[in-house]
Amino acid sequence: MDRIPILKLGSALLVTIQVDMHDRLATALQEDLTEKIVATHAKGVLIDISALEIVDSFIGRMLDHIAAISRMLDAETVVVGMRPAVAITLVELGLSLTGVKTALDVERGMEMIRRRLDEPEVADGDDAGA
Amino acid sequence: MATTPARDLMEVRSSDDVVRVRQQVRARAVEVGLSLVDQTKIVTAASELARNMLDYGGGGVATIEMVTDGHRRGLRLTFEDQGPGIADVQLALKDGYTSGSGLGLGLGGAKRLCNEFTIDSAPGRGTRIVCARWM
Repeated sequence: MDRIPILKLGSALLVTIQVDMHDRLATALQEDLTEKIVATHAKGVLIDISALEIVDSFIGRMLDHIAAISRMLDAETVVVGMRPAVAITLVELGLSLTGVKTALDVERGMEMIRRRLDEPEVADGDDAGA
Repeated sequence: MATTPARDLMEVRSSDDVVRVRQQVRARAVEVGLSLVDQTKIVTAASELARNMLDYGGGGVATIEMVTDGHRRGLRLTFEDQGPGIADVQLALKDGYTSGSGLGLGLGGAKRLCNEFTIDSAPGRGTRIVCARWM
């Protein structure tokens, strides 16, 4: 079965979604990612969707789930590289991915995760700086 | 409204078929000359409707047609299943409504992504959804 590769990038994990997602691939990605977060103590997950021509409610839900699960494992998810036409379509579809942080590209996404690491411990649970 | 000969009939029986429908709708949308945003909208609508048909209708047939109306060109998609049908179409179109495990955005969301959208369904009679996007 196909698997989506997960790369370690400093204290973050980088997932580049390049293929048309289907159910089994999405489930496998969730499992692989959670195992890797725990194994590597990653503090952030970057999901690059710049190759995706569409994001439907199925993929939107998957991104939402990954963000929620990662959060429980103390890692922050940032979805990067969304195409403009995809953003327009998602909002019209009624899916604004409110549980997911976004950045324009991998570099800015990494910056968001780095900033989170620099925050003092006491700021935890208080998302004011996010 | 006259239909040009280009017409694809595709069976939707698995998640992989949903991917194939999406790819074919994209190819036809490009051929018709839809803008990038309109292509993205109709491909996304096709993905929602094909998946709905698979999850709730037990699979069915998707038809992709390149259509013209005067000098307007567009793409018309038909999704037909022999499933249990929809008892209350108005309710099914409401955001947040789902009879399954989904987000309940499929039908209402797909409708917003199309210029024309009709549902023909009744309990025990299956469901037929037509959606079109014009240039």
